[in-house]
Amino acid sequence: MKIGLDIGSTTIKCVVLDDENKFIYSSYERHYSQITQKIGEILSKVRLNVKGADKACVALSGSAGMGVAESCSLDFVQEVYATRVAVNTFIPGTDVVIELGGEDAKILFLSGGMEVRMNGTCAGGTGAFIDQMATLLNVDIEEFNALAQQYEKTYTIASRCGVFAKTDIQPLLNQGARKSDIAESIFAAVVNQTVSGLAQGREIEGSVVYLGGPLTFMSELRRQFDKVLDTKGTCPENSLYFVAAGAALCADNTIDFSEVINKVTKYTGSGNFAFNQPLFKDKKEYNEFVSRHSRADIKGKDITKYKGKAFIGIDAGSTTVKGVVISENKELLFSKYLSNSGNPVPIIKAFLEEVYKKCPDIDIAGSAVTGYGEEIVKNAFCVDYGIVETVAHFTAAKDFMPDVEFIIDIGGQDIKCFKIHNGAIDNIFLNEACSSGCGSFLQTFANALGYSIEEFANKGLFAKHPVDLGSRCTVFMNSSVKQAQKDGATIEDISAGLSLSVVKNALYKVIRTSSPDQLGKKIVVQGGTFLNNAVLRAFEMEMGTNVVRPVISGLMGAYGAALYAMSRGTDKKSTILGTDALADFKHDIKVANCGMCQNNCRLTINTFADGRRFIAGNRCERPITKKSPSKDDNIYEYKLDLLRGYEPQEGARGKIGLPMGLNMYELLPFWHTLLTNLGFEVVTSGISDKKVYSKGNKTIPSDTICFPAKLVHGHIQKLIDAGIKTIFYPCMSYNFDEGISDNHYNCPVVAYYPEVIGANMNSVSKITFIKDYVGIHRKKDFPKKFTEIINKHYPDITLKEVKQAANKAYKEYDAHIERIRAKGAEIIAKAEDEGKPIFVLSGRPYHVDPEINHGIDRMITSFGVAVVSEDSISYHVDKFITGVLNQWTYHARLYAAARYISDKKNMNLVQLVSFGCGVDAITTDEVRDILEREGKIYTQIKIDEITNLGAVKIRIRSLLAALGEEK
Amino acid sequence: MAKLEYDKSGRLLFTKEMKDEYTILLPMMAPIHFNILRNVFTHYGYKTVLLDTKGPEIAQVGLKYVHNDTCYPALLVIGQFIHALQSGKYDTSKVALMITQTGGGCRASNYIHLLRKALVKAGFERVPVVSLNLSGLEKNPGFSITIPMLRRFAAGLVYGDELMLLRNQIQPYELALGETQRLVDKWISELSTQFAKGKGFTAKEIDKNMDDIAQSFTEIKIKKIPKVKVGVVGEIYVKYAALGNNDLEAFLAHQGCEVNLPGIMGFMLFKVDNRLEDIKLYGGSKVKYNVVNALMQYFTKLEASLIENVKKYGFMAPSSYAHTKSLVDGVIGFGSKMGEGWLLTAEMLELTEAGYGNIVCAQPFGCLPNHINGKGMIRRIKAVDSRANIVAIDYDPGAPRVNQENRIKLMLAVARENLDKEIKDAASVETEGVRETAMA
Repeated sequence: MKIGLDIGSTTIKCVVLDDENKFIYSSYERHYSQITQKIGEILSKVRLNVKGADKACVALSGSAGMGVAESCSLDFVQEVYATRVAVNTFIPGTDVVIELGGEDAKILFLSGGMEVRMNGTCAGGTGAFIDQMATLLNVDIEEFNALAQQYEKTYTIASRCGVFAKTDIQPLLNQGARKSDIAESIFAAVVNQTVSGLAQGREIEGSVVYLGGPLTFMSELRRQFDKVLDTKGTCPENSLYFVAAGAALCADNTIDFSEVINKVTKYTGSGNFAFNQPLFKDKKEYNEFVSRHSRADIKGKDITKYKGKAFIGIDAGSTTVKGVVISENKELLFSKYLSNSGNPVPIIKAFLEEVYKKCPDIDIAGSAVTGYGEEIVKNAFCVDYGIVETVAHFTAAKDFMPDVEFIIDIGGQDIKCFKIHNGAIDNIFLNEACSSGCGSFLQTFANALGYSIEEFANKGLFAKHPVDLGSRCTVFMNSSVKQAQKDGATIEDISAGLSLSVVKNALYKVIRTSSPDQLGKKIVVQGGTFLNNAVLRAFEMEMGTNVVRPVISGLMGAYGAALYAMSRGTDKKSTILGTDALADFKHDIKVANCGMCQNNCRLTINTFADGRRFIAGNRCERPITKKSPSKDDNIYEYKLDLLRGYEPQEGARGKIGLPMGLNMYELLPFWHTLLTNLGFEVVTSGISDKKVYSKGNKTIPSDTICFPAKLVHGHIQKLIDAGIKTIFYPCMSYNFDEGISDNHYNCPVVAYYPEVIGANMNSVSKITFIKDYVGIHRKKDFPKKFTEIINKHYPDITLKEVKQAANKAYKEYDAHIERIRAKGAEIIAKAEDEGKPIFVLSGRPYHVDPEINHGIDRMITSFGVAVVSEDSISYHVDKFITGVLNQWTYHARLYAAARYISDKKNMNLVQLVSFGCGVDAITTDEVRDILEREGKIYTQIKIDEITNLGAVKIRIRSLLAALGEEK
Repeated sequence: MAKLEYDKSGRLLFTKEMKDEYTILLPMMAPIHFNILRNVFTHYGYKTVLLDTKGPEIAQVGLKYVHNDTCYPALLVIGQFIHALQSGKYDTSKVALMITQTGGGCRASNYIHLLRKALVKAGFERVPVVSLNLSGLEKNPGFSITIPMLRRFAAGLVYGDELMLLRNQIQPYELALGETQRLVDKWISELSTQFAKGKGFTAKEIDKNMDDIAQSFTEIKIKKIPKVKVGVVGEIYVKYAALGNNDLEAFLAHQGCEVNLPGIMGFMLFKVDNRLEDIKLYGGSKVKYNVVNALMQYFTKLEASLIENVKKYGFMAPSSYAHTKSLVDGVIGFGSKMGEGWLLTAEMLELTEAGYGNIVCAQPFGCLPNHINGKGMIRRIKAVDSRANIVAIDYDPGAPRVNQENRIKLMLAVARENLDKEIKDAASVETEGVRETAMA
C-alpha cells in the first residue's frame, strides 16, 4: 500500500493506492494556508479510514510541500515528475499532458523526446487567474463555466498575467459587454497563454490528457483547448489526483504515523523570513494616529431636509462606484460607495433613485462623472461633464489642502500620483499594467485566506514582524507569501507585509522615488485602499513623514467631480436624468465589429430608452464620424504609407520574403532596393494584423521577451504560408552610425532575433532562410561581404552587381529618412500655424506597427494634437553628453529628440515602451532626466499585447489637462 | 586630502592622490577568483576591499536607487555598493568604487552610469567610480591597466578557474568533510603571497603552480559514488555569484550533485575573439586584427596549460576554447556576441558532451542576450544532443526561491532517472560480460 500527498498552493490532495496501484482512498481539501495542521488531519483521517495505512509507504509532492517534507524527513517527489510517473502508469500511450493548477501551468511531452514545461516566473493563465477573473465578474467557478457555454463573441484579452487581463476586461464590463462573452474570452486567453507560453515551438499532437482542478471542473476550458489544439483531449477519472498518485507510486519508505503527525503539527518553519519594523509600537501610538487622521473631515448635512442647489459627483472606478451629492457650501449631503459588479449602469441608476427618493425636490445644478466608466455613465444618464480622474482627484485634494504638493491615490486597480507645481498638475505617474494589482489584490488575498478585507487589514496593525515581500508584481507575491508562510510567518505578519508591498510598489515602481523630499512636504493620500489603516501607516513609515488622508478618502474622485461641476456654474439646471426619465430608463447592449479599417475593432453599442446610442470599444472616431482619420498631422500614418509603397516587382531570380518585424520597419527601403536590383521579387509579410501573432505564437521560446519580437514569428509563418521559399532576415550587431552616439549597436533582441527564428521555427528549416551577419554600417566593406553571403545561395551574383545595387540601396535609405524628416518638419510647421500642440510619440521604428502601438497615434490626434516621431526630429541635435553610455542607434534618437524639444513650448514627448524591453529601463530614466531638467513633463506609455486604450487615454488626457489643453 | 577633479563631461575622476588616500571597494562575483585577483591591485599599490556582504537588504537598497526593470546583477552590485557606503564602515570621503564595463551591446555596459545615477540619488555623488575595462572607456589619472598588470590578472583568472574546477570535482566525494575547501583556501593564500611579492605570473611560474595545484588535489581522499552531474551556465554574474543565484551551488551540493561551472577564462577568450569575429564578418583593419590575435594567443596558452596540468593527474579537463567554439558551428552564428553571446550556447553543448548534460541556465529576469543565446537555443541544443536536460531559471528580486528550487528539482528528478538507468545499463552490461566469460 502506498500513500501520496499533493500539497498545492491552495489545496491538499491525498491518495492511497493498493499493491495493484488501484485507488482505494482519495481526498481533496482546501488548506487555507494552514498547511501543516491540514497534513496532520489528513494523515490521521487516512489512518482511521484505511486499514493497514500505517504500514504504507508515504511520499509528498506539490509546490508547497517541499519545506515540510524536508523538515519532517518525508520523501519528496517533484510534482511534474510525479504527474509523469502517474500518467505513464495509468494512461500508457499518452503523448501530451496539460495540467493546470492553482498557480502552475504545465505541459508534459511524453512521447518522442520527453520534455516537461512549467510556467516561468510569469504565472498568468492558471487557476488562480481564473478565480480572480470569476471574482471580477462576481460569479463562482461553476457559474463562470456555465456563462461561457452561452457565449456569442470572443474579445481579445491579454493573457500574460491576471493584472494585464484585468485592464482589458474591466473596461469591457464598463462598456456593457456581456459576461458570457467575457467568460469565454477569458478561457480563450488562458488557453492562448498556456499554448504560447509552454509549447515553445513543439507541436501538441497525439493523445492529449487534461489534468488538474481547472480542467477537471470547467468543461468549457477543455472545449477551448480542444478547439485551439484541434484535438479531442480526455480528462481521466481521478484527474485531480495524478500528482498525489504519482507521489504514491514513487513512495518507497514507510513512516511512523504518530511521529510524523506529531512532527508535522509542530512544524513551524524556520522563522527565517525577512521582515520590517512593526507598524505601531503600541496601542498608544495607534490611537494618536487614528485621532490625527480623523481631523481631515468634511461637514455633513441631512439630505432629506436640504433645500437649495446641489451637485452630483460620480466616480465609476474599476472595482467600485462612488457617488456623492454636495450642497452649495460643499457639505456632504449623501454618499454611496458600492462594489462595481461588472456593470456600473444599474448601480448609478439605483444611486440616483435613492437620491431622488430621499429628497424629491432636490435642485441639481450640476453633475460630473469621472473614472473608467465615465463615458458610458455620462451618456446613459446625461451627466453634464465628464472629466479625467486626475483632474477630479486634484480638485478634491485641493479642498483639503490648498497648497498640496503631491497627491497619491491608490484605488482598486490603479495608482495615480501627481505632483502639483504652481497650482497645476505637473507630473503624473500612473501604474503600468504590471503593477496595478494594488487594492483589489489585497482584497483577493484576504478572501483567499478566508477573511474580509477589513478583518485582514486590522490583523496587520499590530503584527510583530511584517514580512518583507518586495515590490514586484502581484503574481510573484502569491509565491512570496507562500514562502513566508513556510518560513513561519503568521497571518498578521503577512497582512502587514502585503500592506507594505502595496506602498513600496507605489513608491518605487510607479513613482520611482528614493526619498520623500522629492515628492514635497504636503502630501494628500486618498483612494479606497488608503481607508485601510495598515496601508496608510505603512505609507507614512516608508515616507518618513505624516500625510493627510481625508475621512472621505474613498470618495475623493466623486467629491472632486462634484466640486468640478460646481465650479462650472451654480445658476444652471443639470441635464442629468430626473425621476421620470429614470423610471423609463432602458439600456440595451449589442456587440458588433466595426470593419471600417483593418483593426476591425469590436464595438459595444449601447442603446438607451430615448433612442440615444453610445458606441464603445472603438480606437478612433471613424465608426462615429464615418470619416477616416487625418494623415496630415500624424507621421505614424505617413511612415506606414511609405513602407506600404515598397511593392514586389517581378524579378528573374524569383521571390524572396522579408518579414515585417523589428528593424525591418526601418530597413525595408534598404533591403527592398538592394534585393530588387539584384533581380529578386521582394515580397514582404505586410503590416501586422490581428491574425499574425497567433500564426507564430506557438514557437516563441521566451515568454518574457518583448511583444515586437514575438510578432516576428507570425510574420515568418505568414511568408511561408504564402509559399515563399527564400526568406531574408539578417542578424545585425550594428546599425548605422548617425553621429549622435558613442556607439551604434542594435539592442540584442533586434540584433540576433533571426537566430531565435532559425532555432525555434520548424517551418524555416524547410526553406532557404538567410540569417547571416551583415554590417551595413561599413559601407565600403558591405558589397564584398554581402556578395559572399548571397553567393552561398545564388553563386552567379557578382560583386559588381552587388556594388551597384548597394549604392542604390544606400541612396534609397537616405531618401527614405529624408522623407520622414521633411514630413516631420511639415507637420510641425502646420501645427504651429494652427496653434495645435505637438506630441513627439517616440519609441523605435517598429512602434509604427499598428498591432504594436494599438492606434495610440490616432488616439492622440483625435484630441487635436499633431504627432511626430523621434526619428523625424533627432537630426536637429548634435552629439551631446548623456548620463548613460549612449550606444544604441535607435535609442540615441530618443535622447536627441528629448533634447530638441526641451526648449520648444508647443512640443511634448510621449515615450512608448514595450513591456519587457530591458534597454528601456535605461532610456526611460535618461529621457525623463533630459526633459525634467528643462521643466518638461515626461510621459511614458507601456504597451504589450494589451489592446484596450482606457489607461492610455487617462494618461494622454491628464497630460493635456496639465498642459491646459483639454477641451 | 585629495581634491575632487572632474573631466570635461563632468565625470568625477580618480586621481593620483586618491590612489594613495582612498580605499577602492570591489563587488564580489566569483569568490575564489576575486580573492586571488584583488592581490594584483595590492601589488600595484591600490587599497581594496572585496565586498562580501549578503542578505535581502542588498536587493532592497538596489531597488530603492536603481530602475526596477534593470537587470538583477545591476540591482545587486549597486545595492551592495550603496549598502556598504551607508553602513558607516567606510569613510565615504576616502572611498572609491570599481566596476567592470565590457563596452558590448547589452545593458551591462551601462551599469557604471546607473551606479553614478544611484550615487547621486543616495547623496554619494562625491564618491568616484572607476571603470575596469579593456575597451579604452573612461580614463582616470590615478588608475590605468598596464600590460604587466594584465598578465597578472590573466594568471589570477586561470588559477581561479583551476581551483574552482578541481574543487567541484573533488568536494562532492571527499571523505573528510571540509578538506577540499581547506586546500582551496590554502592555495588562495599561497597565490596571494606570490602575487603580493610580484611573482607567479610568468608562463613558467604559472605552469609550475598549476602542476602543484593539480597534484595537491590528488592527495584528498575521496569515495566515488554515482552522483547527478549538473552544469551551470548563464549570465556571468548570476552564474557565479551566490548573491545573484540564491546560493545555487550550495543548493545543488545539498541535493547530492556534482557541479561544473565553466571557467571565466573562456569568457575572456570569447570577449577577445569577438573583436576578431567582427573584423571577419564586417571587415576592418589588419593591424588591429594582429594585435588582438596576439592577446588571443596569450590567453590560449594559459588555457592550454590549465588543460594539460589537470589532465596529467587524471582530472576531467575542460574543452579548449577552440573546441567549445566548434560545437556551435551551424547552431548559432559567431556574430552573436552581446552578453555571453554564442558562448552560452556553446557551454551547454560542451557540458553535455562532457557528461554534464543536466544544466541550469541561469539568467536575470528579462536578460536580453539570454532570450537569444539561452532560452532561444535550448530547443536547438536538444536537437543537436539529446542528452541535454536543461532548465532555464530566472533570477530577480521578486522571484521566490521556492519556485526556482522547485523547477531545478524537476530537472534533477529527470536527471536521477537517467542516472539510475545508466547505472542499471552498466550493471547489466557487466553481468552480460561475466556470463559470456563463464560460458567461454
